[in-house]
Amino acid sequence: MSIMGLAVPLAAQQTASAPGVPKLRFEKTTLANGLEVILHEDHSTPIVVVNTWYHVGSGDEKPGRTGFAHLFEHVMFMGSQNVPVGQFDKWLEAVGADNNGSTTTDRTNYYEVLPSNALPLALWLDADRMGRLLPVMDQAKLDLQRDVVKNERRQRYDNTPYGRAGETIMAALFPAAHPYHWTTIGSMTDLSAASLDDVKDFFRTYYAPNNATLVIAGDFNRDSALTWVQRYFGSIPRGAKSPERPVVPAFAVARDTFLVLEDKVTLPRLYETWHSVKIFHPDDAALDVLADVLAGDKNSRLYKRLVFDMQVAQDVNAFQSSGRLDGYFQIIVTPKPGQLPSRMLALVTEEIGKIARDGVTPRELARSLNSRRASFLDNLASVLGKSNQLASYDYMAGTPDYVQQDLARYEKITAADVQRVAGEYLNKPKVVLTVVPEGRRQLMVTGGAK
Amino acid sequence: MIARARHVATLASVLLAGCGGAKVVTTTPPVPIAPPPTTAATVDLTKPPTLGAPPTLNLPQITTRELPNGLKIVVIEQHELPIADVLLEVRTGGEADPVGKMGTASLVSAMLTEGTTTRSALQIADQAAYLGVQLSASSGWEQSTVSLHTPTAQLDSALALFGDVALRPSFPTADLERVRKVRLTALQQVRDRGPAIADRAFASAVFGEQHPYGRPLSGTEGSVASISREDLQRFYTTYFRPNNATLLVVGDVRPNDVERRARELFGAWSRASVPAVTTSTASGAKGTTLVLVDKPGAAQSSFRLGGIGAPRSTSDYFALQVMNTVLGGAFTSRLNQNLRETHGYTYGAGSGFGLRRSAGPFIASAEIVTAKTDSALIEFIKELRAIRDTVPSDELAKAKRYLQLGLPANFETTEGIASEFLPLLTYGIPLDFYATAVQQYGAVTQADVQRVARQYVDPDKLTIVVVGDRKTIEPGLRALKPGEIIIRDVRDVLGAPPTP
Repeated sequence: MSIMGLAVPLAAQQTASAPGVPKLRFEKTTLANGLEVILHEDHSTPIVVVNTWYHVGSGDEKPGRTGFAHLFEHVMFMGSQNVPVGQFDKWLEAVGADNNGSTTTDRTNYYEVLPSNALPLALWLDADRMGRLLPVMDQAKLDLQRDVVKNERRQRYDNTPYGRAGETIMAALFPAAHPYHWTTIGSMTDLSAASLDDVKDFFRTYYAPNNATLVIAGDFNRDSALTWVQRYFGSIPRGAKSPERPVVPAFAVARDTFLVLEDKVTLPRLYETWHSVKIFHPDDAALDVLADVLAGDKNSRLYKRLVFDMQVAQDVNAFQSSGRLDGYFQIIVTPKPGQLPSRMLALVTEEIGKIARDGVTPRELARSLNSRRASFLDNLASVLGKSNQLASYDYMAGTPDYVQQDLARYEKITAADVQRVAGEYLNKPKVVLTVVPEGRRQLMVTGGAK
Repeated sequence: MIARARHVATLASVLLAGCGGAKVVTTTPPVPIAPPPTTAATVDLTKPPTLGAPPTLNLPQITTRELPNGLKIVVIEQHELPIADVLLEVRTGGEADPVGKMGTASLVSAMLTEGTTTRSALQIADQAAYLGVQLSASSGWEQSTVSLHTPTAQLDSALALFGDVALRPSFPTADLERVRKVRLTALQQVRDRGPAIADRAFASAVFGEQHPYGRPLSGTEGSVASISREDLQRFYTTYFRPNNATLLVVGDVRPNDVERRARELFGAWSRASVPAVTTSTASGAKGTTLVLVDKPGAAQSSFRLGGIGAPRSTSDYFALQVMNTVLGGAFTSRLNQNLRETHGYTYGAGSGFGLRRSAGPFIASAEIVTAKTDSALIEFIKELRAIRDTVPSDELAKAKRYLQLGLPANFETTEGIASEFLPLLTYGIPLDFYATAVQQYGAVTQADVQRVARQYVDPDKLTIVVVGDRKTIEPGLRALKPGEIIIRDVRDVLGAPPTP
């Protein structure tokens, strides 16, 4: 189906493009010990992905131990009972595989991308660390990865311009008892405090088969895969206790909060953040579309006005960040040299007001929807991408079979929805952070600017 | 989301430059997978499983055509999803920037999507977002590329937009001034980032400002300010010619259909003689120099060590890739194992060769915690020295298998396939390169690795750049007597910042 040109009436344009998103076929089973297993066959390339999601993230951390879930992720690569230190990576590289892991507020994952013959090796390695990590755990492994993680923090946050903005905002937006009050990397003090007992306790609590989902995607034989899964994972016992789940306190940001952070930067940067909604909340998709309308492309409201027309800003960004438990909406503007952050705030407020008052055009809606529709297709291009999608839907939506429903959320967004969420969510009290060059706190945006 | 990254980001593009392959050669005879045992009692969980033979990669179907005006067409079919990547590869880039006007090629590319004779910048962006396609253009040293990623459902409209941007840019004055301001501001912001300052200082120290590779592709504040609309038009008119370009299309397409569309879009594009661009081979360092760039208060020191490497055309290509994989091209490489996994000085260390038309840089790098700056230098030098000794056979085998057996994954997606084939077009390498890559890796010997290590990695003639907190790190670095030490501050590297 082709797209019509600019002259076609707007109403027709919106339905003109509809490349379908193929269904993601899968099989799901659960072992007796509670390990969920999801299989997706795709024989187009002779590679296979093993992707294990543990249902634990930084949101599960205890006070004084921020950053621990991620530090623990690093320790998981340091060998297990039958895998000497350093061999995990060496054995995988020797068969042509890549592997990695990542931690978010909600979950931790570990994956291997392998030539298809090497599937049993990845399953065996992952089973060994799921079942037998602690017998060979020691202080040296923890201390080494603590140093690595502290350097990760330095490289990605402390020694990166604007790198500490995120943690500053989260601490102000979410109350102290909220699982998103701190960020995944954690604080240096808490990283220093993490002990070997913490490692053992965390493993016993969260790294049980009944707290994990194993996805195998790519070029494999179903029966062989299930046999190997049963052989390697089947004897790992269930966790002794069910982990306590973080409780999200009900809260509302009571009043606008203004913060300033000095950094080694040339230009100040303005961050406005609102408490919004969690993933798959009825308003989550509309907030995504609102972000596109505000800053998704060159024609978006903020980009066109601040960067393109007035040329008072270097860049703008807007997004809805929705986790499993909660979410926030953020707008970021870097003023051009000589421009004031307070002026950026006033312009942003004006543009939000226009959307809340007058709504958005069918063309704005179509640009957002069509771009998002295309990216659903792109998400299916790699087996790693598909494995993450299956695991994510399974965890966040309760079923791996959710691509069509996810896309359908966007297909049914109306201009009225976008207008409503702009008024409803971005009118609420917010957290305003100005990152300023060292010694230039006078650039901070304060309440008077509004 | 935070991840356990394998390599420092700055090296990713360098490292990506060298991969290939098809059939797989193993160093141990393949063992068929035994039938699964029926009772748990027979299972030995203490040993890694024996694996079957690795898969053979079937390379995608490649079809080449040429239009009468000299435009080469390469079609690579991949029918898994209804998407396609379309790239127009022009074989000239920043290497051809006029003297004093560094950044011309990259500014030409940036302006392609900022207005054509039939569409304004906003109309181009509107159409791309409306179609749900990604359209962009960029320049490297020896190529400029216009890229389109599109669902094939939109191929007609997307190609019309793509052709317009590639063939009819109008370089509107107002848009140029806007884009120039964005570029100048971005160049100011480079001062914020130690790693970026280190990259800049290293290129300048190794190649010198007289050599193209010693200058920044995106220009300097001075050069960008001096580039005129006429400069851009001249560059475009000179080099954007069908006989200097290849159209690469990867995805759910058929060659005859692509050729028909290419004729419609590019058939009337007129050929012209295109001046050859030559880049001299830079001369190497005579001894070791350490350039210490002061970045007061930096939490880490940005290390870049190395010198002049090899051109892409080198007959040492496969040996270099294997050697670099051992040294710093993989997670278990020596640099990463030493600096990260043994000492915890960094989040990641690595190395890579920038294989260009002329010899590009060899760079080892890491972001090192300030307090361990001198200790890290000792370890870097130790590894750069040790790689010149014989690499043990098991370590060599691991590196070769990592490169050989990892090949299929590179050809999984349309973007992946495009990025594997693009360098072949740029450097005039036969398109069947990957058909023999596995054997070529297999043929690399210990002696080959040692020879290229000794030829390209010279620990006594290093250029070392360290960007960090001078007052903390200088005494320790001086005590190591690494060679001549040159102290710089950020303004020596990037020029003085404009007054706000």
